[in-house]
Amino acid sequence: MAEAARPVENTPISSGDLDALKTEFAAAVAAADSIAALDDIRVSALGKKGRITDMMKTLGSLPPDERKNRGAALNVLKDEIAAAIDARHKILADTALAEKLARESIDVTLAPRPAANDGRVHPISQTIDELVTIFASMGFSVAKGPDIESEYYNFEALNLPSSHPARDMQATFFLPGSAQAGGDKMVLRTQTSPVQIRTMKAQKPPIRIIAPGRTYRCDYDMTHTPMFHQIEGLVIDQSTHMGHLKGCLLDFMRAFFGIDDLPIRFRPSYFPFTEPSAEIDIGCKRPKGGKGELKLGNYGDWLEIGGCGMVHPNVLRNCGLDPDAYQGFAFGMGIERMAMLKYGIPDLRTFFDADLRWLKHYGFVPLDIPNPALKG
Amino acid sequence: MKFTFSWLKQHLDTSVSLTDICAKLTALGLEVEGVEDPGEKLAPFIVAHLVEAVQHPNADRLRVCTVDTGREKLQVVCGAPNARGGIKVVLARPGDVIPATGEVLKKGVIRDVESQGMMCSARELGLGDDHDGIIELPADAPVGASFASYAGYDDPVIEINLTPNRPDCAGVHGIARDLAAAGMGALKTIDASPVKAVEPARIKVALDFPAGDKSCPHFVGRLIRNVKNRPSPEWMQKQLRAVGLRPISALVDITNYLTVDCMRPLHVFDANKIKGDLWVRPAQGGETFDALNGKKYIMEKGMTVIGDDTGVLSLGGIMGGAGSSCDNATVDVFIEAAYFDPVRTALTGRALQISSDARYRFERGVDPLFTQLGAEVATKFILDLCGTPETVVGELVIAGQAPVVERPIALEIGKCLKHTGVDVAAGEQEKILTTLGFDVRHKDGKLSVIAPSWRPDIEGDADLVEEIIRVKGYEYIPAVSLQRPQAVTASAIDAADYRLTAARRALASQGLMEAVTWSFMPGTIAACFGGVADALRLVNPISSDLDVMRPSILGNLIQAAKRNADRGFAEAALFEIGPVFRDQTPEGQSMIATALRAGATPRHWAQPVRAVDAYDAKADALAALAAAGAPVASLQITADAPAWYHPGRSGSLRLGPTVLAFFGEIHPSVLAACDAAGPMAGCEIFMANIPAARATGTAKPLLKLDALQPVSRDFAFVVGRDITAAKLIKAVRDADKNLIRDVSVFDVYQGDKVEAGKKSIAVSVTLQPADKSLTDAEIDAIAAKIAASVAKVTGATLRG
Repeated sequence: MAEAARPVENTPISSGDLDALKTEFAAAVAAADSIAALDDIRVSALGKKGRITDMMKTLGSLPPDERKNRGAALNVLKDEIAAAIDARHKILADTALAEKLARESIDVTLAPRPAANDGRVHPISQTIDELVTIFASMGFSVAKGPDIESEYYNFEALNLPSSHPARDMQATFFLPGSAQAGGDKMVLRTQTSPVQIRTMKAQKPPIRIIAPGRTYRCDYDMTHTPMFHQIEGLVIDQSTHMGHLKGCLLDFMRAFFGIDDLPIRFRPSYFPFTEPSAEIDIGCKRPKGGKGELKLGNYGDWLEIGGCGMVHPNVLRNCGLDPDAYQGFAFGMGIERMAMLKYGIPDLRTFFDADLRWLKHYGFVPLDIPNPALKG
Repeated sequence: MKFTFSWLKQHLDTSVSLTDICAKLTALGLEVEGVEDPGEKLAPFIVAHLVEAVQHPNADRLRVCTVDTGREKLQVVCGAPNARGGIKVVLARPGDVIPATGEVLKKGVIRDVESQGMMCSARELGLGDDHDGIIELPADAPVGASFASYAGYDDPVIEINLTPNRPDCAGVHGIARDLAAAGMGALKTIDASPVKAVEPARIKVALDFPAGDKSCPHFVGRLIRNVKNRPSPEWMQKQLRAVGLRPISALVDITNYLTVDCMRPLHVFDANKIKGDLWVRPAQGGETFDALNGKKYIMEKGMTVIGDDTGVLSLGGIMGGAGSSCDNATVDVFIEAAYFDPVRTALTGRALQISSDARYRFERGVDPLFTQLGAEVATKFILDLCGTPETVVGELVIAGQAPVVERPIALEIGKCLKHTGVDVAAGEQEKILTTLGFDVRHKDGKLSVIAPSWRPDIEGDADLVEEIIRVKGYEYIPAVSLQRPQAVTASAIDAADYRLTAARRALASQGLMEAVTWSFMPGTIAACFGGVADALRLVNPISSDLDVMRPSILGNLIQAAKRNADRGFAEAALFEIGPVFRDQTPEGQSMIATALRAGATPRHWAQPVRAVDAYDAKADALAALAAAGAPVASLQITADAPAWYHPGRSGSLRLGPTVLAFFGEIHPSVLAACDAAGPMAGCEIFMANIPAARATGTAKPLLKLDALQPVSRDFAFVVGRDITAAKLIKAVRDADKNLIRDVSVFDVYQGDKVEAGKKSIAVSVTLQPADKSLTDAEIDAIAAKIAASVAKVTGATLRG
């Protein structure tokens, strides 16, 4: 095709010949099918020895008037040819790039390189983070105590002397001997309540703490595991009463479950370390005929979710606080139960099995960090 | 605690519905666990009249009966031997569900004769074991009436979950009292008036305890002679059966009945089996005793026993003995009503592992003032049910006295409001306490309250507040939101907890799944991780393979990885952040973040598969440490780790003498002990050893950007195989501490192309000029210094 663009005639010079030349080059440019062919056309037209260049050289021999007209016409022609070449060049370059890219195509359906960050946070940890976030917003801070406790902290100080019938209610794990001079037996704590004692002995009121952690009871069946988690709450000052307890738990339950009208009910009960004591119920709807999921909300039925009450005067005394001067409340809830209810996890025992399928399904991606700006 | 609705109504005059009674019981703290109405299952069955029974034409043992329902006459084929004309029967009609089988009765044809119903046996109705014949009702049973109502089987059984502080409600009377206080009806009184005795006590009782031993401070007995023991009346049997007690004989049933009825456990001895007088005393230890449950027990020293001249007859407050029990031949009965100490009873019951209705009540605390009254009530029942014209009632024999201490409790009127947020008027407080049996007096704007003898749980004013608000109703407690004490408080979690939280998210971001495993582990596996002190071996483990407190989390994660491998998932990446235990003290428990990777990297088209290794574990450890704020750039890495790691493929991350983490491949013999297949690599991060961040305020140090471009140069050194990368890098850095900004290893080669025993380490060195750009000559000079420094420290040569 470069053949067609080859300059053939150098003379004569007339305006009609410029039109012919324009047509000729336009055809040649349009026909050029490669960048190289286009470059040849550019050289043959506009190069040092190109035909337009040659014609420019002849302008000097023309009379001034003619030279001016002819020169202007030639310049227009030169620009037009240059523009046509550029336009064609862009088309050819685009086409060439498109062809190159087409050759470079990959199979986008292939799996990407495995992400290293596809781990999970256990539902218990996530639930604890959620509990802490909500209670932190209510002014609570986290207190801690050891898993291996003395009977004093786990029972006696909590108003549960050894003869107390309730001691039989909690199947306790015992450790041999005694780490303490008093000869107090060591046990695995059966509840997070000993943290109440440790806190009240270490710190003067006002006290506002929660204590999530591992607890242990010698029990293993469909609904019990020998290790489980509880969260304890304790508020001690000079005026906090059961109404505050109800309000605190109501606010917490609504925030945790993300249900604005979730109702709460207190039922009288008995715990040795609180007086008065209450079971905490939240509203629910049980599935008809036992099939399907339990639904939380204001439906008229009730589900027990924890225990609470005003701290027993004996417990305050055991911690060196005068029950006529100080008062407050304590509560306790099972963390697995909270997680099971919120996240629809059916079986308690699966929490501790470390089944990868379970962890992947019920676990939380690492960036799913509980955020007080978001609703439960 | 179970009781029937009709039993309750014997103590409570009420017209309130069952539903409302149950709701109020729960609201009072006597949580209703369930209500079972046996009448529901029996509802379809009616009383019918068997008019006549004629021989079945085709079967010797069958009869064709005509049964009158009061509305119609049905033809029923029946095989029962007692089916005969004239008796009243219980009839099931087609469509009725037979309780014992759950099957729907259909009209049938039996040996060519149509049968339009079935006459039921007790067993078919689920009312007993009797299936020798059909039920025969008394002649006056009304034809067509509901059998359940006629026979009293329409009596719902209520079960409450009794909390241990309410022994008084282990008797129906106590439950009725609570309901009465809550406005559900009027409490009826128990007739405990004395029965006139006609002869002096023939059997004496002595309390033989050392001074100060209050195990049995009060014992009341009575001999009643010439009674006739027999089955107890149907109404009593029905009540006992309804609450799960087996009727035995009138004398025994009376004691069981009164135990449930008015929380008064009693015992009856066959007086003719008592040799001499009775002694109530602590056991010497070693005596044997054949209990009513058929088991033989060996007494421990101090257990309360009731004995005669021959030995132990009864275990006080827990169980009577087989040798002195009443049976159908009993004619002289000795009633025991005693007060046994709750603690002593609990200790004995626990030690001998005997559960009984008596123990349940005595260890919670029976009413000490109802001992003598209980004996009188029992006397009346015995006279009613077993009395004969020859019966002789003996005088009460009373030893000791009731252990009652009346202690007035002062209750400020405002205490209820201050503790519950509910303002209950003084008059209402007084009324509630009074109806519960408290003695209440107004005194100086306070109430002076004495708790009734049946409420051992009442100690102080907090207990009284609970009584008031419980009867008033917890629904009156307002929900008051807690005010946050101030706008900005201290952190809710401390730095140590924050480090755990950050490490947790970091490890999950490394692709690890967080597990929560037991704080226990098998002792055999713990032995692989340094073992455990004897003080950390559980006395009563849940199972023999969860018998010690874990010294390391790794063993649990290895077992978890194995479980996953057994399910077909060999590539596990797990972590746990939790406690490990060194001793029993609080300091002996520390929080360790532990990660474990098993198997190989996933097979993938874009990258080769490789086994997990120590570098994976190191990366996990560093990620967790970095997130937790440890100065990871300043850590020393040493090639030592505990024995559960591969000795040549493990190391420690240290900050001076403090170990922050161990990492490495797991020792093959540890994997073998866990019966797990390798390779596995793990790390243990000692979160508590991370130094606390210095408080430097919130501002970050000022950023200084270098004006000049950095320059990079690569070097390949051939060094001995034992030379570590860290040593080589340090030698490079030491060549010019100002100019050298960064040194990184980009290739390590061991093989044919280097001399045996050597390896090649290639590093990229970044130089950062400060004032002016470096000339080629300056760069060459530094390169020479680097080569020389490395050669001097490591004996390296530059690779050609």
